[in-house]
Amino acid sequence: MMRDSLLNLYAENEESLARESGEAVAAKRREALERFEVLGFPTKKSESWKYTSLKSQVAEHPRLVAPFATAQGHALEFKDIESYFLDEVDSYRVVFVNGVYSSWLSSTTHHGLDVCTLGSTWRKSPAWMHDHFAALDTLDEPLVLLNRALAREGAVVRIPKNLVADKPIQVFYFTTSDEPLFAQIRNLVVVEEGAQVEIVERHQSLNGKAHWTNAVTEIHAAPNARVRYTKLQNDVSTATLTDATFVHQDRDSQVVVNTFSCGGRLTRNELRFALMGSNAEAHLHGLTLIHGQEHVDHRTFVDHAVPHCTSHEVYKGLFDGKSRGVFNGQIMVRPHAQKTLAFQQNDNLLLDDRAEVDTKPQLEIFADDVKCSHGCTVGQLDADALFYLRARGIPNAEARALLMLAFANDALAHVQLPALERKLHALIHKKLGVSAS
Amino acid sequence: MLSIHNLQAGLSDGTAILKGIDLVVKPGEVHAIMGPNGSGKSTLSSVIAGREEYEVTGGSVELDGESLLDLSPEERAHRGVFLSFQYPVEIPGVSVSNFIKTALNAHRASRGEDPMEAAVLLKKMREKLELLEMDKSFLSRSLNEGFSGGEKKRNEIFQMAMLEPRLAILDETDSGLDIDALRIVAQGVNALKSPTNAVVVITHYQRLLDYIVPDYVHVLLHGKIVKSGTKDLALELEERGYDWIKKENAAQ
Repeated sequence: MMRDSLLNLYAENEESLARESGEAVAAKRREALERFEVLGFPTKKSESWKYTSLKSQVAEHPRLVAPFATAQGHALEFKDIESYFLDEVDSYRVVFVNGVYSSWLSSTTHHGLDVCTLGSTWRKSPAWMHDHFAALDTLDEPLVLLNRALAREGAVVRIPKNLVADKPIQVFYFTTSDEPLFAQIRNLVVVEEGAQVEIVERHQSLNGKAHWTNAVTEIHAAPNARVRYTKLQNDVSTATLTDATFVHQDRDSQVVVNTFSCGGRLTRNELRFALMGSNAEAHLHGLTLIHGQEHVDHRTFVDHAVPHCTSHEVYKGLFDGKSRGVFNGQIMVRPHAQKTLAFQQNDNLLLDDRAEVDTKPQLEIFADDVKCSHGCTVGQLDADALFYLRARGIPNAEARALLMLAFANDALAHVQLPALERKLHALIHKKLGVSAS
Repeated sequence: MLSIHNLQAGLSDGTAILKGIDLVVKPGEVHAIMGPNGSGKSTLSSVIAGREEYEVTGGSVELDGESLLDLSPEERAHRGVFLSFQYPVEIPGVSVSNFIKTALNAHRASRGEDPMEAAVLLKKMREKLELLEMDKSFLSRSLNEGFSGGEKKRNEIFQMAMLEPRLAILDETDSGLDIDALRIVAQGVNALKSPTNAVVVITHYQRLLDYIVPDYVHVLLHGKIVKSGTKDLALELEERGYDWIKKENAAQ
């Protein structure tokens, strides 16, 4: 059974993990594993996994990558993966292949800011890691627990006080392994007071094996920090990604997370924001654009713990074929969080009768002087709008694409990096089957 | 040019709306179709333009000898049919200029022509905007989104000016317009009239016909054209209403 194999894997590696990450982190790992032992893999019985099943992924039992082992895979050259990078933009790059850091494909730095890996940071800054690793993730989600217990690699970004990162950072995880892999990946982003950074993260399988990546990202935004984080998900139709991101925001900070989910067998994005300092601002934007049998599940939680914070959340989805979408948007406004502004909107277009969406806004408001709104829609392309375009001579397919583009473009409005916008623009056009103009 | 013969059409649930329409429109002519609410005026324009929710159960609609009924809405547009919508649709995220460009180039593509050069297109758009007393900022706005009633109708005529149709059907283009907007819209339509194209004006009110003077006026009642005449008929309708026609028709 996969669960037992994972427990064994942990037991076999416990000592070396503890040697590497120190006793305090080892204790956190152990705690997580013990919880996982009790909970096991999530099933549909759990409210938070009601519409998304990992049953077949678990049954397929992909190969577990031992924390210190390397998987067999094809060696990659820059030209093999170049097309996945942003064009014409100078950036830092942290590239992993089959969960292992690839220094020759990466371009990291310790000059002023740190753009590096978990693997190297354990040794270099154990005290810092002790303070930041597994500081934000919670103990209620089995896959996060599993990740905490076993993950030892991933990108580390630290932007020191008042520094604006001079270049965007691209973080890539490529999978080339001949056998299906189950990889545990962990990113750690620490943006100190008044600092600023833009990060783009991408997971990409380079073959059609049933890989499963289980990733966790922790983002610490200190007072007045600015973070823009984009998740570009356009994996092959055999790849599964379960992703959880924990964001901690201090006062006056602004964090934007854009999630573009455009392909993959199953994608689960859990996004949890804790607004812990006044005047913090959180932006969550998502675009789902899938077809075939693809499945995308967005689960967001915004915790307004203090007064005067703002959260703005817009998720849009276009579902073709037999694809399936899930959106669960939870907003918590705690008793003291007066003057909260919270906005949430989830709009979905079903392009095929067989496509399906489950959407559920969930607002829990315990303060009385707040402005909160939410809305969700599930519909089809507007027949009147379609006829209007066609009556002007625009062919049906093009008219449909134009309406879909108009619907999707909202999500692009929040992307500021021109190279990223171009990439996404081209991707959206390609997915909708129209030539980019 | 346009030849409609014994056209019968209705909703897909079997409700009959048009019960045998005959209408012939020749190049250079302006026809007005008037009638009370529910007489089938908008259905007629929708059927000519190819709206799929209406089912044609009999008769024919031909443009220059070619049947339109088997053509898609876009193919009809390419043949030169233009419908100015009674309720233009708001499409957020699509700018007026992008929309016009896409539509115009789709027309060109259907004739095997290359897309219009950007500079030429822009010049043409500016000329037509001027004709309709519209500001350049119009072009970058989202299509009809947040437009006033008058702006929407002007935008329709602007599109007509850009696409230069052979047959323009103006469906209640005057409803909801104040007299200034009406005058501008009419001025636009008149400027586009030529001996080779034709205009069908569908309207409730005689008012528009002071500005766009029709060669023929038809009265549509219960899905049939029950009376045809010259522009004097419109004046008579304005004065006497539709009751006398209803009575006349009932007596037959």
